[in-house]
Amino acid sequence: MRLRFFVRRLAMLIVSLLVASFVIFAAIYLAPGNPIAALSGGRSIPPESLKVLEARYHLDQPFLVQYWYWLTNALHGNLGISITLRENVSDLIASRISTTAGLVLYSSILIIAIGVGLGVAAGLRPGFLDTSTLVITAISASLPAFVAAIVLILVFAVQLQWFPSLGNGVGFFDQVKHLTLPAVALAISSLAIVARVTRAAIREESRKEHVQTAVSRGIPTTQLIWRHVLRNAAIPITTISGITVASLIAVAAVVEVVFGLAGLGAYLVQSAQSKDLAVVQGISLLLVGAFVAVNVLVDVLYAVLDPRVSLGSRAQ
Amino acid sequence: MSVAAGVSTIARRSGTGRHRRLSPLLIASAAVIAVAAIVAIFGPLLAPYNPETPQLSQYFVGPSPEHLLGFDASGRDVLSRLLYGARTSMIGPLAVTLICMTLGSLLAVTAAWRGGTYDAVIGSGLDIVFAFPGILLAVLAAAVFGGGLVAPVLALSVAYTPYVARVLRGAALRERAQQYVAALEVQGASSIAVCLRHLIPNMLHLIVAQATTLFGYAMVDLAAISFLGLGVQPPAADWGVMVSENQQGIIQGYSIPALAAGLCIVVVVVAFNILGERLYERGEARR
Repeated sequence: MRLRFFVRRLAMLIVSLLVASFVIFAAIYLAPGNPIAALSGGRSIPPESLKVLEARYHLDQPFLVQYWYWLTNALHGNLGISITLRENVSDLIASRISTTAGLVLYSSILIIAIGVGLGVAAGLRPGFLDTSTLVITAISASLPAFVAAIVLILVFAVQLQWFPSLGNGVGFFDQVKHLTLPAVALAISSLAIVARVTRAAIREESRKEHVQTAVSRGIPTTQLIWRHVLRNAAIPITTISGITVASLIAVAAVVEVVFGLAGLGAYLVQSAQSKDLAVVQGISLLLVGAFVAVNVLVDVLYAVLDPRVSLGSRAQ
Repeated sequence: MSVAAGVSTIARRSGTGRHRRLSPLLIASAAVIAVAAIVAIFGPLLAPYNPETPQLSQYFVGPSPEHLLGFDASGRDVLSRLLYGARTSMIGPLAVTLICMTLGSLLAVTAAWRGGTYDAVIGSGLDIVFAFPGILLAVLAAAVFGGGLVAPVLALSVAYTPYVARVLRGAALRERAQQYVAALEVQGASSIAVCLRHLIPNMLHLIVAQATTLFGYAMVDLAAISFLGLGVQPPAADWGVMVSENQQGIIQGYSIPALAAGLCIVVVVVAFNILGERLYERGEARR
């Protein structure tokens, strides 16, 4: 039964990726403008070289055949050539991937550590902490990443001068320092959402009869929280953490642009503006792939946490 | 100890009476939205100056009695740009909300009403669209079709529809199982009539709550897209564009234009989110 669940999830992952790759390819295929003209930079090309070029890039083939060529090349790590930089898209991506990965990872750690921690604390202790958490998270949940970013730059880079406002930095510690403000800006709204959902889940579980029974049986507080409250609240907490962490992959672009980080997202935006479509295709494919993979990972984790999911009976 | 005490207070506190009266927060949110809507409609009449005429000599000049919020990076009146920008900043989210709610309700009710193959096909179709993060799809659309609001609005509508449809399908299924639906069917009422006259009106509180929340999310995403230079194109006044145009001011020590535009976005989005949440709670409490 369990195995079947995991196989089904894996199959859905592959189907999603195939459809996503098809949409990305088709969108670029339908884009106005001729790829050969983009390649030649607008110069006129003699008809015979045009034929050679068309044959080399398979442009004389039907749409589906072209898609097949592109997909198999992409799977071999060949994503074509950037028309503005005349370099391999995969090399260009590879040199920027660590910044984005580091940013997303840093943010995820902040979200899970602070968001879940705050939510648990607020959920367990009604009163001042709870009320202030609710008010602050209500506002910060609606804070767009780029607005958070300019406020952080104003306070921590311009006025206090604790952190740099631009660039990547060199060396591990310098890079972490450069990534701190971007990671906070990226984390802030997701952190608030995770804290709110965690708080609600903790409340919901604390109210359950089995917890009240455990309280009356005199089970020690720590054990009560870990075994009875957190264990059951873990499911919604995992779901919301997974969803928000996956969404960071796309929103990272905005933060990278504000802080001038040389990451994938900023490069995607730059290529979208300069119509460097091979790069747009390659980065979109990679980011969608990462997004889908994280979502599937969360689903699997979900099934591990709650066996009812994989056994087919729906929880609740 | 304190936690055990906390747990029992929770149990006592959880009355539903709280939702019955109108909370001040709900009234405040509704008021903010009303003001924003009025500015979006009449902003151009209220604006004291032309929002697109630059006076380069006035670059980042601070507030004065004639120019209450001073000038931006190109020497344009910030207040006028904010007033004009309300419309461009809110028309996109409005379009996304309308498209998503129409499409989402249609898919949800069809899936819940017909069940079987319809439900399965719609369900897996939505699952596949889930694979695209909204912002990414909007960037892709802007790359292909060029700047402007149309491509990002359509892209976000596609990306958000599954979220709407999934929630509404659950509600439609619950409603479908009610006895009054069976009674109407026995009386020979047509499916479309039952759905339009009874099923959807009974889900209306949820649809309105969803639409309100969705507006907030769409506004954040569209502002980000415009901020990135892929949505509303300068020199048009738009709150997202304004943050981007005046970002350099933050580092140069003049932050009013960027912060004012950012604040407008945040205030409106917070209002929509709070209102959406409260409407949802009230709807749930009423059931």
